[in-house]
Amino acid sequence: MNRFDYVRPATIAEAVKAGSLPGSAYLAGGTNLVDLMKIGAMRPERLVDVSHLPGLGAIEWLEGGAVRIGALVRNADLAHDAAFARSFPAVAEALLSGASPQLRNAATVGGNLLQRTRCAYFQDVAASCGKRTPGAACEAIGGDTRLAAVLGWSERCIATNPSDFCVPLAALDAVVEIHGPAGARSVAFDAFHVLPGDDPARETVLSAGELVTSIVLPAEAAGFSGHSRYLKVRDRTSYAFALVSAAVGLRFEHGRIAEARIALGGVAAKPWRARAAEEILAGAHLSDALCGVAAEAALAEATPSGDNAFKIGLAQRIIVRALAMAAAGTPQHLPALPASPFASATGGLVYV
Amino acid sequence: MTHSITLTINGARHDLTLDDPRVTLLDLLRERLDLTGSKKGCDRGQCGACTILLDGRRQNACLALAVSHDGADILTIEGVAQGDVLHPVQAAFIAHDGFQCGFCTPGQIMSAIGLIGEGQAGTDPERIREGMSGNLCRCGAYAGITAAVLDASVQLEQADRRDAA
Repeated sequence: MNRFDYVRPATIAEAVKAGSLPGSAYLAGGTNLVDLMKIGAMRPERLVDVSHLPGLGAIEWLEGGAVRIGALVRNADLAHDAAFARSFPAVAEALLSGASPQLRNAATVGGNLLQRTRCAYFQDVAASCGKRTPGAACEAIGGDTRLAAVLGWSERCIATNPSDFCVPLAALDAVVEIHGPAGARSVAFDAFHVLPGDDPARETVLSAGELVTSIVLPAEAAGFSGHSRYLKVRDRTSYAFALVSAAVGLRFEHGRIAEARIALGGVAAKPWRARAAEEILAGAHLSDALCGVAAEAALAEATPSGDNAFKIGLAQRIIVRALAMAAAGTPQHLPALPASPFASATGGLVYV
Repeated sequence: MTHSITLTINGARHDLTLDDPRVTLLDLLRERLDLTGSKKGCDRGQCGACTILLDGRRQNACLALAVSHDGADILTIEGVAQGDVLHPVQAAFIAHDGFQCGFCTPGQIMSAIGLIGEGQAGTDPERIREGMSGNLCRCGAYAGITAAVLDASVQLEQADRRDAA
């Protein structure tokens, strides 16, 4: 690990000031940053420890049913908050399907938004990578591409975003609240992460010194609580990143789908909102045939970035299955294996 | 630049000076305080051998920078027995052959204590396996580990009920 300066600001303003200096990185749970520093994939000159900042550790219910999640809330605490999980069950299920219990106890929700790709070429400092070294070529292209993106990739980068949590946040139109040198601002979740294009080193819209302070889920997002699931296919049943995952929320009125929300994980450099599929489902009666049409539409623009064409068909089947699971109703208790296709049905269903 | 921190480790207060902010809690425990029960397996948060309770919650000590945890209350495997009386989870690991080589065992036991404290797994073996998935065992003693955690959960639950009565 490289040497670095360590500073622990007492306020958000102090943090932003220190975080704006070149070479600074914010430290919260450290589960991703410290790991990447150990292998040399990240080499910040200064760690600005925001983990002790006051006021960022609460789950706060706003008027009308929206909820503001402080950036320092731990993944495990959010997933196990009963009121939160009742209103946003797919978010809780996604959180509990990610990492290990130890990591979920340490990792913060703000940090989750900023976790780096698991692309082996990004992690291997001997490989060429445009995320690590701006302008460098992508060595993953033509290499081991099984886990790489099938949507939104470029000739400069085919890495995927590894987050589970971010997938339902994209589906549910979350909002990211940010403090920076120029003051506070809010960014729609779907606009927060950016596609690689010519500059894969730029992964979000954050500019130098900007700090994620909270995430807001709007009240409308709770309208999907009766029919919300997260489904994740991975190489191991537990403690593995997604090959492909999907968050689905359905809202029914008079037997028809009033509104559908679908987002995919593991397919692109950002959580992938499938709006074309949502539009096909809106206003319709749910049927196997229609789910198939929607799934096809969701992947219409997908192209393999290498030896990973299987992800396209897999993503379509995951959408179809997640739609069926969501239509059946959110389970009263999360299954023993959250988000797993092997989960046994436990507990009754709500709102059916 | 040095950093002064205070930690409570297994009930004892330690005032420590770090001459380098790169020191992890795991290295601090093992190299400086001679608490070598917490093991360094992968050193990357993947194997769970370094699991400790940090302010009552199980975490990977290898990914925790000590300087960031000033004021923390830490419990390691060295602090769980009461003198010669083993913690119920320790006793259950012996009763159920929850190990072979033993390298992962301190992390397994600390993780199991954390899991039982979280109250999410109950006595469902599937939930226990899922809840222990952050601890790898290269000897493959998983069947014994699951049985041990299940047994200890039941015992601790009964003890809780007795205390409440």
